[in-house]
Amino acid sequence: MRWVLTLYRSTIGKKVIMAVTGLIGVGFVLAHMVGNLQVFIGADKLNSYGAMLHGPLNELVWAQRVVLIGAVLLHVLMAWQLTRLSKAARPVAYGRKVPQVSTLASRTMRWGGVLLLVFIVLHILHFTAEKFDPAGWAGRLDAAGHRDTYGNIVASFHIWWVALFYIVAMAFLGLHLFHGAWSSVRTLGFAKPSPNPLHRQVALAVAVIVWLGFTLVPLGVVVGLVK
Amino acid sequence: MRLTLQVWRQPGPASAGEFVRYDAPDITEHMSFLEMLDVVNDRLIREGKEPIAFDHDCREGICGACGMMINGVAHGPSKGTATCQLHMRSFSDGDEIWIEPWRATAFPVVRDLVVNRSALDRIIASGGFISAPTGAAQDGNAIPIAKQDADESMDAAACIGCGACVAACPNGSASLFTGAKITHLGLLPQGQPERYRRALKMVAQMDLEHFGSCTLFGECQEACPKDISIDVISRMNRDFLVAAVKEREERSVAGAG
Repeated sequence: MRWVLTLYRSTIGKKVIMAVTGLIGVGFVLAHMVGNLQVFIGADKLNSYGAMLHGPLNELVWAQRVVLIGAVLLHVLMAWQLTRLSKAARPVAYGRKVPQVSTLASRTMRWGGVLLLVFIVLHILHFTAEKFDPAGWAGRLDAAGHRDTYGNIVASFHIWWVALFYIVAMAFLGLHLFHGAWSSVRTLGFAKPSPNPLHRQVALAVAVIVWLGFTLVPLGVVVGLVK
Repeated sequence: MRLTLQVWRQPGPASAGEFVRYDAPDITEHMSFLEMLDVVNDRLIREGKEPIAFDHDCREGICGACGMMINGVAHGPSKGTATCQLHMRSFSDGDEIWIEPWRATAFPVVRDLVVNRSALDRIIASGGFISAPTGAAQDGNAIPIAKQDADESMDAAACIGCGACVAACPNGSASLFTGAKITHLGLLPQGQPERYRRALKMVAQMDLEHFGSCTLFGECQEACPKDISIDVISRMNRDFLVAAVKEREERSVAGAG
């Protein structure tokens, strides 16, 4: 098991931990996004899906939460450590420095990541714990006696700053994935030599799908498609 | 051409530095960037001032001695060349040019534009070699190497160790440099016996030298005067991962001679 220490102590190992936990996150957001899109089928569909997750699938959901919380904690811890190492690697800044090929996505990984962390906490408080309750919808049930997440979605996204916060956060999620989904594969060493190593069609597809899939929900409420 | 230079002047490693403005009124577009600095230095010496210190040697893009940040770009605006191969025709009359040294904890400034890049040498010394038995070299044709491997290895071997990758990297990472060495040797049969130990040792040394970590910005690849691809970083990571898992204690008790 010495290899775990070897990995943890090296910058590459820390990046590997970030890549693996990041890819777990990618898998999760894709599944979460598909779940969310049921909002367009209707209130019954979405609320009974929620009831299924909190009812018969409860243990499974908790197992998944343990994995996800562990992944997020490790991801953040490694990002914190590596950022400090990188800052220490260049304490004196350049007078002039012009980025050549680095993408906006890659340059916003750190601050975008912080924003996403804040978003994740608020989002869980909003729809899972119902402690952050801008629409005053906590504890409401629908006709079938299920928690009325659909109603909460519609009411919350009618509040302009809630919708804006979600839409902005999802734009950053898309950027985060555009860089992360590509770079994690390279960090893990799976990438085959390529004439254009900076090209990333798969990551672009993942980022656009996730960004659109999540943004459609608040946007759907704002434009009145979901009511 | 008439140029204005803003050059980083720093008398020594421990002293503070600053940008100093110089007029360069007598520059022709045929000069190389270093020749332009020679002309400026010539005048500084005639005026009894300290010339601008900068590293240089072969001036034909193969030694890796020269290198500076020119208008915020490592080795300047011309892609795939070292500073010595950059010509003044890449600039226009009246331009202001900002010149400063590579900046990284691992590259302390010696003076003006000269930095100490011994950290890269120590990464090489930690494992960037093969241990060959002495004696007559065997026939080259006796060791078949796939064309693609030879090509990729040679592409990585083109690294001249100038440090532009570190300088351009927002994290100050030496991953392109170390990856290039690991790829160069790791693709050839001669490099196989030490392949995984090499990855462990070189990566450990890279970390010890206080280089930052790789976040795959891609800036290094763009800055590299030899156009070395970030593919070498993937290969380094792969070798390092396999090495970390396969790692075993070195056995040196009354061993094999």
